[in-house]
Amino acid sequence: MKIILSLVIASLIGSNVFLKSSDELEKSIARGKMVYSENCISCHMGTGEGVTGTFPPLAQSDYLIEQQEESIRAIKYGLIGKITVNGVPYDNMMPSPGLDDEEIADVMNYILNTWDYKSDQPMITAQQVKLVKEE
Amino acid sequence: MKMNSNTNVWRRSLGQGLAAITVSLGLASFQNIDTAAASEKSIEERYQVDTVATGLTMPWASALLPNGDLLVTERVGKLRLVKNGVLDPQEITGLPEILYKGQGGLLDINLHPDYAKNGWIYLSYSSPKKAGEPGDDAGANTALLRAKLKGHALVEVQHLFKALPNVKSNPHYGGRIVFDGKGYVFLSLGERGQKEKAQDLSKDQGKIVRLHDNGKIPTDNPFVKTKNADPAIWTYGHRNPQGLIYNKKTGVLWEHEHGPQGGDELNIIEKGNNYGWPVITYGIDYDNSIISEDTVKAGMEQPITFWRPSIAPCGMTLVDNSKFEDWNGDLLVGSLKFWYLQHLTLEGNKVTKREVIFEKLGRVRDVRQGHDGNIYVVLENSGKVVRISPKN
Repeated sequence: MKIILSLVIASLIGSNVFLKSSDELEKSIARGKMVYSENCISCHMGTGEGVTGTFPPLAQSDYLIEQQEESIRAIKYGLIGKITVNGVPYDNMMPSPGLDDEEIADVMNYILNTWDYKSDQPMITAQQVKLVKEE
Repeated sequence: MKMNSNTNVWRRSLGQGLAAITVSLGLASFQNIDTAAASEKSIEERYQVDTVATGLTMPWASALLPNGDLLVTERVGKLRLVKNGVLDPQEITGLPEILYKGQGGLLDINLHPDYAKNGWIYLSYSSPKKAGEPGDDAGANTALLRAKLKGHALVEVQHLFKALPNVKSNPHYGGRIVFDGKGYVFLSLGERGQKEKAQDLSKDQGKIVRLHDNGKIPTDNPFVKTKNADPAIWTYGHRNPQGLIYNKKTGVLWEHEHGPQGGDELNIIEKGNNYGWPVITYGIDYDNSIISEDTVKAGMEQPITFWRPSIAPCGMTLVDNSKFEDWNGDLLVGSLKFWYLQHLTLEGNKVTKREVIFEKLGRVRDVRQGHDGNIYVVLENSGKVVRISPKN
Protein backbone atom coordinates (compact mmCIF):
# COMPACT_ATOMS: atom_id res chain seq x y z
CA MET A 1 0.00 0.00 0.00
CA LYS A 2 2.75 2.36 1.04
CA ILE A 3 4.66 1.53 -2.08
CA ILE A 4 1.67 2.18 -4.31
CA LEU A 5 0.94 5.45 -2.54
CA SER A 6 4.50 6.68 -2.90
CA LEU A 7 4.46 5.66 -6.56
CA VAL A 8 1.28 7.67 -7.09
CA ILE A 9 2.76 10.64 -5.26
CA ALA A 10 5.97 10.33 -7.21
CA SER A 11 4.13 10.21 -10.52
CA LEU A 12 1.98 13.17 -9.51
CA ILE A 13 5.02 15.17 -8.56
CA GLY A 14 6.73 14.03 -11.71
CA SER A 15 3.88 15.10 -13.98
CA ASN A 16 3.56 18.37 -12.12
CA VAL A 17 7.20 19.06 -12.57
CA PHE A 18 6.91 18.11 -16.20
CA LEU A 19 3.88 20.35 -16.76
CA LYS A 20 5.49 23.18 -14.92
CA SER A 21 8.77 22.96 -16.84
CA SER A 22 7.01 22.62 -20.16
CA ASP A 23 5.02 25.75 -19.35
CA GLU A 24 8.20 27.50 -18.22
CA LEU A 25 9.91 26.48 -21.44
CA GLU A 26 7.08 27.89 -23.54
CA LYS A 27 7.30 31.18 -21.67
CA SER A 28 11.07 31.25 -21.99
CA ILE A 29 10.83 30.59 -25.75
CA ALA A 30 8.31 33.41 -26.14
CA ARG A 31 10.59 35.85 -24.30
CA GLY A 32 13.55 34.52 -26.26
CA LYS A 33 11.85 35.33 -29.53
CA MET A 34 11.75 39.01 -28.52
CA VAL A 35 15.39 38.92 -27.43
CA TYR A 36 16.32 37.30 -30.74
CA SER A 37 14.50 39.82 -32.91
CA GLU A 38 16.12 42.72 -31.09
CA ASN A 39 19.68 41.48 -30.76
CA CYS A 40 20.50 38.62 -33.09
CA ILE A 41 18.32 38.72 -36.17
CA SER A 42 20.18 41.27 -38.28
CA CYS A 43 23.25 39.01 -38.54
CA HIS A 44 21.90 35.50 -37.92
CA MET A 45 18.78 36.21 -40.00
CA GLY A 46 15.11 35.51 -39.50
CA THR A 47 15.26 31.75 -39.72
CA GLY A 48 18.67 31.33 -38.15
CA GLU A 49 20.36 30.60 -41.45
CA GLY A 50 23.09 33.24 -40.95
CA VAL A 51 25.20 34.37 -43.91
CA THR A 52 27.42 31.51 -45.07
CA GLY A 53 31.07 32.36 -44.51
CA THR A 54 30.26 35.63 -42.70
CA PHE A 55 27.81 34.97 -39.86
CA PRO A 56 27.38 31.34 -38.73
CA PRO A 57 23.96 29.66 -38.84
CA LEU A 58 22.08 29.03 -35.61
CA ALA A 59 19.47 26.75 -37.15
CA GLN A 60 20.68 23.16 -37.52
CA SER A 61 24.05 24.22 -36.11
CA ASP A 62 26.39 21.47 -34.92
CA TYR A 63 28.31 24.04 -32.88
CA LEU A 64 25.24 25.06 -30.89
CA ILE A 65 24.42 21.47 -29.98
CA GLU A 66 27.89 20.11 -29.41
CA GLN A 67 29.44 23.18 -27.80
CA GLN A 68 26.59 24.50 -25.76
CA GLU A 69 28.70 26.00 -23.02
CA GLU A 70 30.84 27.76 -25.62
CA SER A 71 27.65 29.03 -27.26
CA ILE A 72 26.37 30.46 -23.98
CA ARG A 73 29.78 31.98 -23.31
CA ALA A 74 29.71 33.61 -26.76
CA ILE A 75 26.36 35.24 -26.06
CA LYS A 76 27.42 36.28 -22.57
CA TYR A 77 30.85 37.73 -23.34
CA GLY A 78 31.04 38.03 -27.11
CA LEU A 79 33.06 35.85 -29.46
CA ILE A 80 36.09 36.62 -31.54
CA GLY A 81 38.21 34.48 -33.82
CA LYS A 82 37.94 31.25 -35.73
CA ILE A 83 35.19 28.71 -35.27
CA THR A 84 33.83 26.03 -37.57
CA VAL A 85 30.09 25.56 -37.93
CA ASN A 86 28.65 22.76 -40.05
CA GLY A 87 32.03 22.37 -41.73
CA VAL A 88 32.32 26.03 -42.74
CA PRO A 89 35.05 28.19 -41.16
CA TYR A 90 34.11 31.57 -39.66
CA ASP A 91 36.58 34.23 -38.51
CA ASN A 92 34.45 37.10 -37.33
CA MET A 93 33.53 38.98 -34.21
CA MET A 94 30.33 39.05 -32.23
CA PRO A 95 30.27 41.89 -29.72
CA SER A 96 28.63 41.03 -26.42
CA PRO A 97 24.98 41.97 -26.88
CA GLY A 98 24.72 42.88 -23.20
CA LEU A 99 22.01 40.42 -22.16
CA ASP A 100 21.36 39.28 -18.61
CA ASP A 101 21.45 35.59 -17.64
CA GLU A 102 17.71 35.11 -18.04
CA GLU A 103 17.68 36.75 -21.47
CA ILE A 104 20.54 34.50 -22.56
CA ALA A 105 18.69 31.39 -21.33
CA ASP A 106 15.54 32.61 -23.09
CA VAL A 107 17.25 33.23 -26.42
CA MET A 108 19.02 29.86 -26.24
CA ASN A 109 15.69 28.15 -25.56
CA TYR A 110 14.14 30.03 -28.47
CA ILE A 111 16.94 29.05 -30.86
CA LEU A 112 17.01 25.40 -29.72
CA ASN A 113 13.25 25.00 -30.11
CA THR A 114 12.63 26.83 -33.38
CA TRP A 115 13.32 26.30 -37.09
CA ASP A 116 12.61 22.55 -37.03
CA TYR A 117 15.33 21.94 -34.50
CA LYS A 118 15.09 18.29 -33.54
CA SER A 119 17.54 18.72 -30.78
CA ASP A 120 15.43 17.58 -27.79
CA GLN A 121 17.63 19.72 -25.63
CA PRO A 122 16.64 20.16 -22.01
CA MET A 123 15.58 23.66 -21.05
CA ILE A 124 18.43 26.04 -20.31
CA THR A 125 18.05 28.03 -17.11
CA ALA A 126 19.44 31.36 -15.97
CA GLN A 127 21.23 29.43 -13.24
CA GLN A 128 23.15 27.44 -15.87
CA VAL A 129 24.05 30.63 -17.69
CA LYS A 130 25.26 32.18 -14.45
CA LEU A 131 27.79 29.38 -14.01
CA VAL A 132 29.42 30.03 -17.40
CA LYS A 133 32.47 32.22 -16.88
CA GLU A 134 34.61 34.21 -19.25
CA GLU A 135 37.75 32.38 -20.32
CA MET B 1 37.97 50.27 -76.54
CA LYS B 2 41.02 52.44 -77.06
CA MET B 3 40.50 52.44 -80.81
CA ASN B 4 36.96 53.72 -80.37
CA SER B 5 37.86 56.56 -78.10
CA ASN B 6 40.68 57.61 -80.35
CA THR B 7 38.29 57.52 -83.31
CA ASN B 8 35.85 59.72 -81.40
CA VAL B 9 38.55 62.20 -80.56
CA TRP B 10 39.58 62.15 -84.21
CA ARG B 11 36.06 62.89 -85.38
CA ARG B 12 35.44 65.61 -82.84
CA SER B 13 38.73 67.24 -83.61
CA LEU B 14 38.45 67.17 -87.40
CA GLY B 15 37.05 70.64 -87.73
CA GLN B 16 39.50 72.22 -85.30
CA GLY B 17 42.70 72.30 -87.36
CA LEU B 18 45.79 70.16 -87.27
CA ALA B 19 47.33 71.61 -84.11
CA ALA B 20 44.13 71.02 -82.16
CA ILE B 21 44.00 67.45 -83.41
CA THR B 22 47.52 66.76 -82.28
CA VAL B 23 46.90 68.24 -78.82
CA SER B 24 43.63 66.47 -78.18
CA LEU B 25 44.93 63.15 -79.48
CA GLY B 26 47.98 63.49 -77.34
CA LEU B 27 45.93 64.38 -74.26
CA ALA B 28 43.41 61.66 -74.86
CA SER B 29 45.99 58.93 -75.19
CA PHE B 30 47.97 60.25 -72.23
CA GLN B 31 44.85 60.16 -70.05
CA ASN B 32 43.96 56.71 -71.29
CA ILE B 33 47.33 55.29 -70.36
CA ASP B 34 47.23 56.97 -66.96
CA THR B 35 43.84 55.53 -66.05
CA ALA B 36 44.72 52.09 -67.32
CA ALA B 37 48.00 52.07 -65.45
CA ALA B 38 46.35 53.21 -62.25
CA SER B 39 43.62 50.59 -62.38
CA GLU B 40 46.06 47.81 -63.28
CA LYS B 41 47.97 48.45 -60.08
CA SER B 42 46.31 46.79 -57.12
CA ILE B 43 45.12 48.80 -54.15
CA GLU B 44 47.94 47.27 -52.10
CA GLU B 45 50.52 48.52 -54.57
CA ARG B 46 49.16 52.03 -54.51
CA TYR B 47 48.34 52.48 -50.84
CA GLN B 48 49.82 51.38 -47.58
CA VAL B 49 47.94 50.46 -44.44
CA ASP B 50 49.79 51.17 -41.19
CA THR B 51 48.57 50.31 -37.72
CA VAL B 52 48.67 53.50 -35.67
CA ALA B 53 46.92 52.25 -32.53
CA THR B 54 46.46 48.83 -31.05
CA GLY B 55 45.20 47.19 -27.86
CA LEU B 56 41.88 49.02 -27.81
CA THR B 57 38.68 47.42 -26.48
CA MET B 58 35.71 47.81 -28.82
CA PRO B 59 36.94 51.05 -30.40
CA TRP B 60 34.18 53.10 -32.06
CA ALA B 61 35.71 56.30 -33.45
CA SER B 62 38.92 58.31 -33.58
CA ALA B 63 40.00 61.93 -33.86
CA LEU B 64 43.46 63.05 -34.92
CA LEU B 65 44.61 66.01 -32.82
CA PRO B 66 46.75 68.78 -34.36
CA ASN B 67 49.82 67.51 -32.48
CA GLY B 68 49.46 64.06 -34.05
CA ASP B 69 48.00 62.35 -30.98
CA LEU B 70 44.92 60.26 -31.56
CA LEU B 71 41.87 60.25 -29.31
CA VAL B 72 39.87 57.03 -29.56
CA THR B 73 36.50 56.18 -28.05
CA GLU B 74 35.97 52.67 -26.71
CA ARG B 75 32.34 51.61 -26.67
CA VAL B 76 32.84 50.04 -23.23
CA GLY B 77 32.83 53.63 -21.96
CA LYS B 78 36.42 54.81 -22.11
CA LEU B 79 38.21 57.58 -23.94
CA ARG B 80 41.84 56.78 -24.77
CA LEU B 81 44.85 58.70 -25.95
CA VAL B 82 47.39 57.32 -28.42
CA LYS B 83 50.80 58.98 -28.60
CA ASN B 84 53.34 58.04 -31.26
CA GLY B 85 51.49 54.82 -31.96
CA VAL B 86 51.42 53.77 -28.29
CA LEU B 87 48.19 53.47 -26.35
CA ASP B 88 48.44 55.51 -23.17
CA PRO B 89 47.48 53.14 -20.33
CA GLN B 90 45.96 56.05 -18.42
CA GLU B 91 42.38 56.60 -19.57
CA ILE B 92 40.82 60.04 -19.89
CA THR B 93 38.68 60.98 -16.90
CA GLY B 94 35.62 63.21 -16.70
CA LEU B 95 33.14 61.23 -18.81
CA PRO B 96 29.54 61.11 -17.60
CA GLU B 97 27.63 57.91 -16.76
CA ILE B 98 27.49 55.80 -19.93
CA LEU B 99 25.37 52.71 -20.57
CA TYR B 100 27.45 49.99 -22.25
CA LYS B 101 24.76 47.54 -23.29
CA GLY B 102 23.47 46.22 -26.59
CA GLN B 103 24.67 48.65 -29.27
CA GLY B 104 25.16 51.41 -26.73
CA GLY B 105 28.20 52.88 -25.02
CA LEU B 106 30.64 55.66 -25.74
CA LEU B 107 30.17 56.31 -29.45
CA ASP B 108 31.48 59.10 -31.69
CA ILE B 109 34.10 61.79 -31.26
CA ASN B 110 34.73 64.87 -33.37
CA LEU B 111 36.76 68.02 -33.05
CA HIS B 112 35.29 71.49 -33.47
CA PRO B 113 36.40 72.97 -36.82
CA ASP B 114 38.27 75.64 -34.79
CA TYR B 115 39.69 73.10 -32.35
CA ALA B 116 43.17 74.56 -32.62
CA LYS B 117 41.78 77.80 -31.19
CA ASN B 118 39.01 76.70 -28.84
CA GLY B 119 39.88 73.09 -27.87
CA TRP B 120 36.30 71.79 -27.99
CA ILE B 121 35.91 68.03 -28.32
CA TYR B 122 32.45 66.61 -29.01
CA LEU B 123 31.39 63.15 -27.83
CA SER B 124 28.21 61.13 -28.24
CA TYR B 125 27.17 58.29 -25.94
CA SER B 126 24.31 56.21 -24.58
CA SER B 127 23.01 58.14 -21.62
CA PRO B 128 20.97 56.23 -19.02
CA LYS B 129 17.69 57.73 -17.84
CA LYS B 130 18.04 60.44 -15.24
CA ALA B 131 15.40 61.48 -12.72
CA GLY B 132 12.75 63.62 -14.34
CA GLU B 133 13.46 62.51 -17.90
CA PRO B 134 10.65 60.90 -19.88
CA GLY B 135 10.74 57.28 -21.00
CA ASP B 136 11.35 53.75 -19.74
CA ASP B 137 12.92 53.10 -16.36
CA ALA B 138 16.41 51.69 -16.94
CA GLY B 139 16.13 53.06 -20.47
CA ALA B 140 18.68 55.18 -22.31
CA ASN B 141 19.16 57.33 -25.37
CA THR B 142 21.89 59.12 -27.29
CA ALA B 143 23.42 62.27 -25.82
CA LEU B 144 25.97 64.84 -26.97
CA LEU B 145 28.50 66.71 -24.86
CA ARG B 146 31.49 68.89 -25.47
CA ALA B 147 34.54 69.32 -23.30
CA LYS B 148 38.22 70.27 -23.38
CA LEU B 149 41.14 67.97 -22.79
CA LYS B 150 43.54 68.98 -20.04
CA GLY B 151 46.22 66.37 -19.48
CA HIS B 152 44.24 63.19 -18.95
CA ALA B 153 41.00 64.86 -17.97
CA LEU B 154 37.98 66.25 -19.73
CA VAL B 155 37.24 69.67 -18.30
CA GLU B 156 34.56 72.32 -18.86
CA VAL B 157 32.12 69.55 -19.75
CA GLN B 158 28.92 70.93 -21.31
CA HIS B 159 25.91 68.72 -21.90
CA LEU B 160 24.48 69.91 -25.20
CA PHE B 161 21.70 67.49 -26.10
CA LYS B 162 19.93 64.32 -25.03
CA ALA B 163 17.58 62.40 -27.29
CA LEU B 164 14.26 61.66 -25.60
CA PRO B 165 12.42 59.63 -24.54
CA ASN B 166 14.68 57.04 -22.90
CA VAL B 167 14.07 53.59 -24.33
CA LYS B 168 14.85 50.25 -22.72
CA SER B 169 16.07 48.36 -25.74
CA ASN B 170 19.45 47.38 -27.11
CA PRO B 171 19.62 48.55 -30.73
CA HIS B 172 20.01 51.69 -32.86
CA TYR B 173 21.65 54.62 -31.12
CA GLY B 174 22.98 56.27 -34.32
CA GLY B 175 25.47 58.68 -32.74
CA ARG B 176 27.45 60.30 -35.56
CA ILE B 177 28.62 63.92 -35.01
CA VAL B 178 29.49 66.26 -37.87
CA PHE B 179 30.12 70.01 -38.33
CA ASP B 180 29.31 72.14 -41.33
CA GLY B 181 31.94 74.78 -40.60
CA LYS B 182 29.22 77.44 -40.36
CA GLY B 183 28.72 77.14 -36.62
CA TYR B 184 26.32 74.18 -36.62
CA VAL B 185 26.71 70.64 -35.39
CA PHE B 186 24.64 67.67 -36.59
CA LEU B 187 23.98 64.50 -34.57
CA SER B 188 22.38 61.34 -36.00
CA LEU B 189 19.90 59.39 -33.88
CA GLY B 190 18.65 55.82 -34.34
CA GLU B 191 15.04 54.84 -33.72
CA ARG B 192 16.02 52.52 -30.83
CA GLY B 193 14.14 49.61 -32.38
CA GLN B 194 10.81 51.48 -32.38
CA LYS B 195 10.42 52.13 -36.09
CA GLU B 196 7.16 54.03 -36.06
CA LYS B 197 8.75 56.68 -33.83
CA ALA B 198 10.98 57.72 -36.74
CA GLN B 199 7.91 59.47 -38.18
CA ASP B 200 6.89 61.11 -34.87
CA LEU B 201 8.32 64.63 -34.59
CA SER B 202 7.62 64.73 -30.85
CA LYS B 203 10.22 61.98 -30.34
CA ASP B 204 13.93 62.18 -31.12
CA GLN B 205 14.21 58.61 -32.35
CA GLY B 206 15.16 58.18 -36.02
CA LYS B 207 16.12 61.83 -36.51
CA ILE B 208 19.07 64.00 -37.39
CA VAL B 209 19.25 67.06 -35.17
CA ARG B 210 21.00 70.35 -35.84
CA LEU B 211 22.31 72.59 -33.08
CA HIS B 212 24.53 75.63 -32.74
CA ASP B 213 27.95 74.43 -31.70
CA ASN B 214 27.13 75.58 -28.14
CA GLY B 215 24.01 73.41 -28.04
CA LYS B 216 21.46 76.19 -28.59
CA ILE B 217 18.67 75.40 -30.99
CA PRO B 218 18.82 77.43 -34.20
CA THR B 219 15.70 79.52 -34.76
CA ASP B 220 15.68 78.59 -38.46
CA ASN B 221 15.41 74.85 -37.81
CA PRO B 222 12.49 73.44 -39.82
CA PHE B 223 10.15 72.39 -37.00
CA VAL B 224 10.61 75.19 -34.47
CA LYS B 225 7.03 76.31 -35.09
CA THR B 226 5.51 72.84 -35.44
CA LYS B 227 3.29 71.96 -32.49
CA ASN B 228 4.76 69.26 -30.19
CA ALA B 229 7.80 68.81 -32.43
CA ASP B 230 11.32 68.85 -31.00
CA PRO B 231 12.78 72.04 -32.49
CA ALA B 232 16.24 70.43 -32.65
CA ILE B 233 15.06 68.13 -35.47
CA TRP B 234 16.58 68.79 -38.89
CA THR B 235 15.36 65.65 -40.73
CA TYR B 236 13.32 62.56 -39.85
CA GLY B 237 12.32 59.08 -41.03
CA HIS B 238 15.72 57.47 -40.34
CA ARG B 239 16.40 53.97 -39.02
CA ASN B 240 19.97 53.87 -37.67
CA PRO B 241 22.25 56.46 -39.27
CA GLN B 242 25.94 55.84 -38.55
CA GLY B 243 27.62 57.66 -41.39
CA LEU B 244 27.62 61.45 -41.72
CA ILE B 245 29.99 63.72 -43.63
CA TYR B 246 29.67 67.32 -44.77
CA ASN B 247 31.15 68.42 -48.08
CA LYS B 248 32.34 71.96 -47.43
CA LYS B 249 32.89 72.62 -51.13
CA THR B 250 29.39 71.73 -52.28
CA GLY B 251 27.44 72.21 -49.06
CA VAL B 252 26.05 68.67 -49.32
CA LEU B 253 25.51 66.64 -46.13
CA TRP B 254 25.89 62.93 -46.88
CA GLU B 255 24.37 60.32 -44.60
CA HIS B 256 24.12 56.57 -44.62
CA GLU B 257 21.99 54.40 -42.42
CA HIS B 258 21.53 50.77 -41.52
CA GLY B 259 18.28 49.74 -43.15
CA PRO B 260 16.33 46.54 -42.74
CA GLN B 261 17.44 43.47 -44.71
CA GLY B 262 18.53 44.74 -48.13
CA GLY B 263 17.69 48.36 -47.40
CA ASP B 264 20.85 50.16 -46.24
CA GLU B 265 20.71 53.68 -47.68
CA LEU B 266 22.94 56.53 -48.77
CA ASN B 267 21.07 59.86 -48.54
CA ILE B 268 21.64 63.56 -49.02
CA ILE B 269 20.35 65.32 -45.92
CA GLU B 270 18.36 68.49 -46.53
CA LYS B 271 16.41 70.67 -44.14
CA GLY B 272 13.03 69.33 -43.02
CA ASN B 273 13.03 66.26 -45.25
CA ASN B 274 11.40 62.94 -44.41
CA TYR B 275 13.54 59.94 -45.44
CA GLY B 276 10.63 57.57 -45.17
CA TRP B 277 11.46 54.92 -42.59
CA PRO B 278 9.38 52.78 -42.02
CA VAL B 279 6.71 54.01 -44.46
CA ILE B 280 8.91 53.42 -47.49
CA THR B 281 11.95 51.15 -47.65
CA TYR B 282 13.81 48.99 -50.15
CA GLY B 283 14.40 46.34 -47.51
CA ILE B 284 12.30 43.71 -45.78
CA ASP B 285 12.34 42.85 -42.11
CA TYR B 286 14.93 40.39 -40.84
CA ASP B 287 12.21 37.84 -40.12
CA ASN B 288 11.44 38.13 -43.87
CA SER B 289 8.14 39.91 -43.23
CA ILE B 290 7.16 42.90 -45.34
CA ILE B 291 7.61 46.23 -43.56
CA SER B 292 6.09 48.25 -46.37
CA GLU B 293 4.88 47.50 -49.89
CA ASP B 294 6.07 50.97 -50.88
CA THR B 295 9.50 52.12 -51.92
CA VAL B 296 8.33 55.52 -53.16
CA LYS B 297 5.90 58.00 -51.71
CA ALA B 298 5.18 61.67 -52.32
CA GLY B 299 6.79 63.87 -49.70
CA MET B 300 9.44 61.29 -48.85
CA GLU B 301 13.00 61.25 -50.10
CA GLN B 302 14.58 58.56 -52.23
CA PRO B 303 18.06 57.29 -51.34
CA ILE B 304 20.92 58.19 -53.68
CA THR B 305 21.79 54.50 -53.63
CA PHE B 306 20.92 51.49 -51.48
CA TRP B 307 22.72 48.28 -50.66
CA ARG B 308 21.21 44.86 -51.31
CA PRO B 309 22.46 42.74 -49.68
CA SER B 310 23.03 45.00 -46.71
CA ILE B 311 26.67 45.80 -45.92
CA ALA B 312 25.90 47.31 -42.48
CA PRO B 313 27.51 50.66 -43.32
CA CYS B 314 29.38 52.32 -40.48
CA GLY B 315 31.59 55.37 -40.84
CA MET B 316 32.06 57.47 -43.94
CA THR B 317 34.44 60.09 -45.19
CA LEU B 318 34.73 62.30 -48.20
CA VAL B 319 38.20 62.21 -49.69
CA ASP B 320 39.34 65.79 -50.17
CA ASN B 321 42.95 65.31 -51.02
CA SER B 322 44.79 65.07 -54.33
CA LYS B 323 47.22 62.55 -52.74
CA PHE B 324 44.47 59.98 -53.34
CA GLU B 325 44.22 60.72 -57.02
CA ASP B 326 41.62 58.07 -57.87
CA TRP B 327 39.48 58.66 -54.78
CA ASN B 328 39.64 62.45 -54.57
CA GLY B 329 36.14 63.92 -54.24
CA ASP B 330 34.61 60.49 -53.62
CA LEU B 331 33.09 58.78 -50.58
CA LEU B 332 34.63 55.93 -48.61
CA VAL B 333 32.14 53.86 -46.61
CA GLY B 334 32.94 51.22 -43.97
CA SER B 335 31.19 47.86 -43.73
CA LEU B 336 30.68 46.27 -40.34
CA LYS B 337 29.31 43.16 -41.92
CA PHE B 338 31.81 42.38 -44.66
CA TRP B 339 34.97 43.84 -43.09
CA TYR B 340 35.89 46.12 -46.01
CA LEU B 341 35.62 49.64 -47.33
CA GLN B 342 33.60 50.67 -50.33
CA HIS B 343 34.78 53.42 -52.63
CA LEU B 344 31.75 55.27 -54.02
CA THR B 345 32.60 57.21 -57.15
CA LEU B 346 30.66 60.47 -57.26
CA GLU B 347 29.67 62.51 -60.25
CA GLY B 348 27.95 65.54 -58.83
CA ASN B 349 25.47 64.06 -56.38
CA LYS B 350 25.19 60.70 -58.13
CA VAL B 351 27.03 57.50 -57.31
CA THR B 352 28.31 56.09 -60.58
CA LYS B 353 30.30 53.15 -59.20
CA ARG B 354 30.71 51.17 -56.00
CA GLU B 355 33.98 49.35 -55.57
CA VAL B 356 35.06 47.08 -52.72
CA ILE B 357 38.51 48.01 -51.40
CA PHE B 358 40.67 46.56 -48.62
CA GLU B 359 38.89 43.26 -48.26
CA LYS B 360 39.23 41.56 -44.87
CA LEU B 361 40.41 44.80 -43.27
CA GLY B 362 38.22 44.24 -40.21
CA ARG B 363 34.92 45.17 -38.64
CA VAL B 364 34.90 48.83 -39.67
CA ARG B 365 33.37 51.28 -37.18
CA ASP B 366 34.76 54.58 -38.36
CA VAL B 367 36.36 56.07 -41.46
CA ARG B 368 37.69 59.61 -41.61
CA GLN B 369 40.27 61.81 -43.22
CA GLY B 370 42.68 63.35 -40.73
CA HIS B 371 44.15 66.86 -40.97
CA ASP B 372 47.23 65.21 -42.50
CA GLY B 373 45.11 64.09 -45.45
CA ASN B 374 45.37 60.38 -44.63
CA ILE B 375 42.43 58.08 -43.98
CA TYR B 376 41.98 56.69 -40.47
CA VAL B 377 39.91 53.53 -40.05
CA VAL B 378 38.76 52.13 -36.70
CA LEU B 379 38.52 48.32 -36.54
CA GLU B 380 36.37 46.92 -33.79
CA ASN B 381 37.40 43.25 -34.01
CA SER B 382 41.16 43.76 -33.80
CA GLY B 383 41.01 46.78 -31.48
CA LYS B 384 43.07 48.84 -33.90
CA VAL B 385 43.17 52.12 -35.74
CA VAL B 386 44.84 51.90 -39.15
CA ARG B 387 46.02 54.70 -41.43
CA ILE B 388 45.72 54.48 -45.20
CA SER B 389 48.14 56.63 -47.15
CA PRO B 390 49.44 56.67 -50.72
CA LYS B 391 52.77 55.00 -51.41
CA ASN B 392 55.32 57.32 -52.90
